[in-house]
Amino acid sequence: MLLLALDTSSAVGVALLDGERLLAQEQHLDPRRHGELLAPAVRSVLAAAGVDRRDLGAVAVGVGPAPFTGLRVGVVTALALSEALGVPVHGVSSLDALAATALAAAPASARGPLAGGFVVAADARRREVHWARVAVDDPSDALAGWRRTAGPDVSAPADVVTEGLPAVGRGAALYRDALPGPDVLAGASGQGQDSVALPLDPDPGVLGALVARRLAVGGELLPAQPLYLRRPDAQVPASLRPASSR
Amino acid sequence: MTTAGGSTAPLVLGIESSCDETGVALVRGAQLLGHAVASSVDEHVRFGGVVPEIASRAHLEALLPTMRRACEEAGATLADVDAVAVTAGPGLAGALLVGVAAAKALALALDVPLLGVNHLVAHVAVDVLVSGALPERSVALLVSGGHTELLDVRSPAGEGVGALRVELLGQTLDDAAGEAFDKVARLLGLPYPGGPHVQRAAEGGDPAAIAFPRGLTAAHDLRRHPYDFSFSGLKTAVAREVDVHRRAGGELDERFVADVAASFSEAVADVLARKTVSAALDRGVRTVLLGGGVAANARVRGLLAERCEAAGLDLRVPPLRLCTDNGAMVAALGALALADGLGPSPLDLATDPGLPVSTVVV
Ligand SMILES: [Zn+2]
Repeated sequence: MLLLALDTSSAVGVALLDGERLLAQEQHLDPRRHGELLAPAVRSVLAAAGVDRRDLGAVAVGVGPAPFTGLRVGVVTALALSEALGVPVHGVSSLDALAATALAAAPASARGPLAGGFVVAADARRREVHWARVAVDDPSDALAGWRRTAGPDVSAPADVVTEGLPAVGRGAALYRDALPGPDVLAGASGQGQDSVALPLDPDPGVLGALVARRLAVGGELLPAQPLYLRRPDAQVPASLRPASSR
Repeated sequence: MTTAGGSTAPLVLGIESSCDETGVALVRGAQLLGHAVASSVDEHVRFGGVVPEIASRAHLEALLPTMRRACEEAGATLADVDAVAVTAGPGLAGALLVGVAAAKALALALDVPLLGVNHLVAHVAVDVLVSGALPERSVALLVSGGHTELLDVRSPAGEGVGALRVELLGQTLDDAAGEAFDKVARLLGLPYPGGPHVQRAAEGGDPAAIAFPRGLTAAHDLRRHPYDFSFSGLKTAVAREVDVHRRAGGELDERFVADVAASFSEAVADVLARKTVSAALDRGVRTVLLGGGVAANARVRGLLAERCEAAGLDLRVPPLRLCTDNGAMVAALGALALADGLGPSPLDLATDPGLPVSTVVV
């Protein structure tokens, strides 16, 4: 089944998969332009794979937790695509996708530092991180060889319950004092040439594969609704009039 | 293409999400086929104004259900849709983004043109669903909780929306008219949104009881701001009136509240009508269009009608459900634009919270 995977929890990520096999993907790091970048990326990923949109079998979307505005772009895009194409839409935690991305990033032999479990942390802005902790059962299986044991939650970096485990992800990289962990995993040679930089954001291809796996064998899939975690800021602007309406 | 709607003009889906109303509608030509609106107004009540993050969350929740209702009413499916129009601005950034992202996804999935349109011009264009072709020249007064604008609209006969020229004559320098009603309601201990509550309270009141100021109507203001509005002085005057009354041992009893509400409404209606009529007369325009949620206010509508009639002007007011923010106005403008060969808008279209009124299609 052809699956279109979207994630706008941090970067703008789009991937097209046939089952767990990646056909094409695109990722853009521009936190203020989710609304502009996502739809063209969907179109170009379909074109790159030579797939007609009507042949899609399902849509998958990372539902955060994440800062609000960009996250909604991904979720509403997934919902509207699913509605118009008449295919199901599946939500998945963007932190789960980040955990799978981290494990998948390195060859199995190089996953050592993560093999004992780790913390994933995303940038929640306002000096906070969205985080979850995972226990690893089988480091060779990036999609299903681990379980979430805490989170998703939002807190100050210093308040993350790491239990001494290394932290990965953009939120960890931003606050290394509070959330130490590897930025690079040594490769099999141990010489450094084949070392792998750990990804900061969920990889859309891995997110898609995670959803495909969970669809096949079970696992947590969520409704396509944002995981906000935070209550909205109840701030009425001084005036609703747009600042530059002249 | 189906024939739902009785013609073969393209079926345009319109999406509106610039403030606190999620609107979706289907229009074919100048015919409104289906129309649904979900409002998050109740969720803003305890804050006394629109909270952008709450509005954005509500748009996301309401979008698909609202779209399904509109399609059902139109007896159409998404597969019948020939183009998708959406408000690209002006409005609240996060709120606009939800509608625009949805519209892009629909246009992509249905392989139909996308049209990002101007919300203010859409308030004008909705008139075609009621009265047919736009008048060749008109002055439009748009009044709501989010905006207060006076526009000069030129739509040369037979030349379509491609020739539409919209010029901003004036706007509020501070609060929107609807916000003034909200703030005065709060001063009088009335609930949000202020418009309907102030109107109800004003019913038994004397509109001449208190001579509230008419902002920007003094001779020296008129020279610099002939068509601009200001409601902050009026709001301050109401606050002072309430304060003086309280200090004199008075209570916010029904009588006092009624007189303040009626006198305040009179001041707002007066200044709106006065400037609108003089804009039309100054520019030799015979038709006035009224749009926006404040058109619901009986005194605003009534006084404008009176003054227009006295000046020999033709006043057009769409039914209230088309005056408040809705998808039909967006679809109507989208249909006009499409018929004129405007657009399509690019898939990387950006929302523009401050989109100038001179830009009809982005
Ligand atoms: Zn409006």
